[in-house]
Amino acid sequence: MSSWDKLVVHGLLLAGAMAWTGVLAAGESPRYGFGSALSETEISSWDIDVGPDGAGLPPGSGTAAQGEALYLAQCAACHGEFGEGVGRYPALLGTRASLVGERTRKTVGGYWPYATTLWDYINRAMPFGNAQSLSPDQVYALTAYVLALNEIVAEDAVLDAHTLPAVRMPNRDCFVVAKGPDIKAAACMHDCAVPVKVVGRAARLDGATVGE
Amino acid sequence: MAVFCAHGSLVMSKLSDSKPNRRGRRRFLRASLLGSLGAALTGKSMAGDQPLEVPSWTRHPGPGVGNTPYGVPSPFEKNVVRRILPWMSASRESSVSFTPLQDLHGIITPSGLHFERHHAGVPAIDPAAHVLAIHGMVERPLKFTLEDLQRFPAVSRVHFIECAGNGALEQHGAQLNGLQFTHGMLSCSEWTGVPLKLLLAEAGLRPTAKWLLAEGADAAAMARSFPVDKALDDALIAYGQNGEMLRPEQGYPLRLVLPGWEGVANVKWLRRIEVGDRPWEMREETATYTDLLPSGKARQFTFVQEAKSVITSPCPEKPLRHKGPVIVTGLAWSGEGRVKRVDVSFDGGRNWQPAKLKGPILSKALTRFEIPWEWHGQEALLQSRTIDETGYVQPSYQQLRALRGTNSMYHNNAIQTWQVRANGEVDNVQLG
Ligand code: HEC
Repeated sequence: MSSWDKLVVHGLLLAGAMAWTGVLAAGESPRYGFGSALSETEISSWDIDVGPDGAGLPPGSGTAAQGEALYLAQCAACHGEFGEGVGRYPALLGTRASLVGERTRKTVGGYWPYATTLWDYINRAMPFGNAQSLSPDQVYALTAYVLALNEIVAEDAVLDAHTLPAVRMPNRDCFVVAKGPDIKAAACMHDCAVPVKVVGRAARLDGATVGE
Repeated sequence: MAVFCAHGSLVMSKLSDSKPNRRGRRRFLRASLLGSLGAALTGKSMAGDQPLEVPSWTRHPGPGVGNTPYGVPSPFEKNVVRRILPWMSASRESSVSFTPLQDLHGIITPSGLHFERHHAGVPAIDPAAHVLAIHGMVERPLKFTLEDLQRFPAVSRVHFIECAGNGALEQHGAQLNGLQFTHGMLSCSEWTGVPLKLLLAEAGLRPTAKWLLAEGADAAAMARSFPVDKALDDALIAYGQNGEMLRPEQGYPLRLVLPGWEGVANVKWLRRIEVGDRPWEMREETATYTDLLPSGKARQFTFVQEAKSVITSPCPEKPLRHKGPVIVTGLAWSGEGRVKRVDVSFDGGRNWQPAKLKGPILSKALTRFEIPWEWHGQEALLQSRTIDETGYVQPSYQQLRALRGTNSMYHNNAIQTWQVRANGEVDNVQLG
């Protein structure tokens, strides 16, 4: 029986299919039968994400000492020997002190709430230009190196699937999930009491046409 | 203040304060842009006593059909292009290009002018080698080829996509004297694809499912978490944009469209959706795209691009060239639904008049407005302010900064002020 026949057998007309799925609970919705089964092997080759609870972290381990040479060889050119950042490449070094004041800076050490995110990001996206080339041991070692630079873990700390999620980032408790609009403005129409003095003027129009 | 979030003492010894690069002030193109303005204002028009020319194109036929199998804009439109700020980012691969809103009509952004924000360049994906995998808390892990996806009933919907960072530089004060740079991380397309809820029905959501992860096939494997409610509401797995396949810069061959939500969540080059029960806390939803508040706390998962509007003519790139009647026009949008009203002020926000909304007025789409004005060379401070169907009113910079300070960067939807000068030039200014 083709998939289309199945739809008819289920008493479902194509025109009504979309409205119908909207009201049915998960599991009861109509199925077209398109697509094919995804095997465990296929899933494991692409499933690289790591959650804040450590779910998804592979076996393996590493220390800052093991990560140092690798960091100097593969990361320092852009992020600096001490994580200070080269040119406009992001610094990997910093503290929460830079989160307040006139010009703030967000860094792994000062801002990131979860150490697992660092593992995940290095693993999926770094080194920039050659992503997904590092082994799990190498990613653990680099994560340990960056965290040790920031004095968040000790130089000899062994990071693995159990110890990494337990690392407490200094800024962990400073995130609040947005719930609806924070600003409630009113729409005054006449003689509104607003400042109308020009206090700032843009002086730059220095964009370039792509390819210029 | 409940928790003061940045009281940590400075423990770093190696911290070297790398100064932000200020090369930006080196170029100043304003003069060339406005060069022709003076002549226009003096009112020297073509004298009426000369015969009108019969140009060569009226006498000789041009190229025949099929000359440009894929048509391109007139060569006279070569200034209508995306532009970048070369000093803004470390590499072109993780950077932004801006839509020339000042040159566009109606509400649709031509696909080739849709703003770009890539985190590791544009992958060259062979659609025959691309699949979308859905797994995690589902009954049946599935993979879909493009052909599979195109067998489902398709929907087409017009939606804007705005980068959460649109206008980020302006939160510190007026910076860039051009609409393209203050607001150009904004585009609007007709997106065609399969509602995500259809695919989730195929896979069968488990009752524990609460969050989804969408991941791209680019070299950043850009990934974002989003709640299941949005997935079952209006999320779209899009393959079409403005009647053709997605452009590579917009995620060819597949992208997620989360209508009204910050651009980064509309994951491009989509290859994988995992279903889980909590967010994954990816870098682009913790380290970046979170709004740092003056207290040191940060707002996270600020998905909705709240109501916003801007006058697109006049603007710094479109100065006033004629005295007399002027049609002031602009765009308004809201991530919460339809635009209900747009008000325009000519005196910096003291007095407002409702503008006319020019249909179509679609949910989570750009909406065009216009209002007639008389300009006789007087200086003026032009603003627009929108109200969406939820009643939300677009805030002023004073209102935005009162809560968010100047460093939250993302989700800046404050009212823009254009100062019209006596010579018709227009400047990006802020009032205080
Ligand atoms: C060619 C330059 C380059 C190299 C080499 C490189 N990176 Fe990066 N890195 C970048 C860029 C560019 C970004 C920002 C990307 C973005 O924002 O989309 C980045 C971002 C990061 C971040 C996130 C910083 C933040 O605060 O958000 C971390 C962590 C990181 N890199 C670690 C590494 C590690 C570890 C290595 C070595 C394995 C490495 N990088 C090698 C260019 C580089």
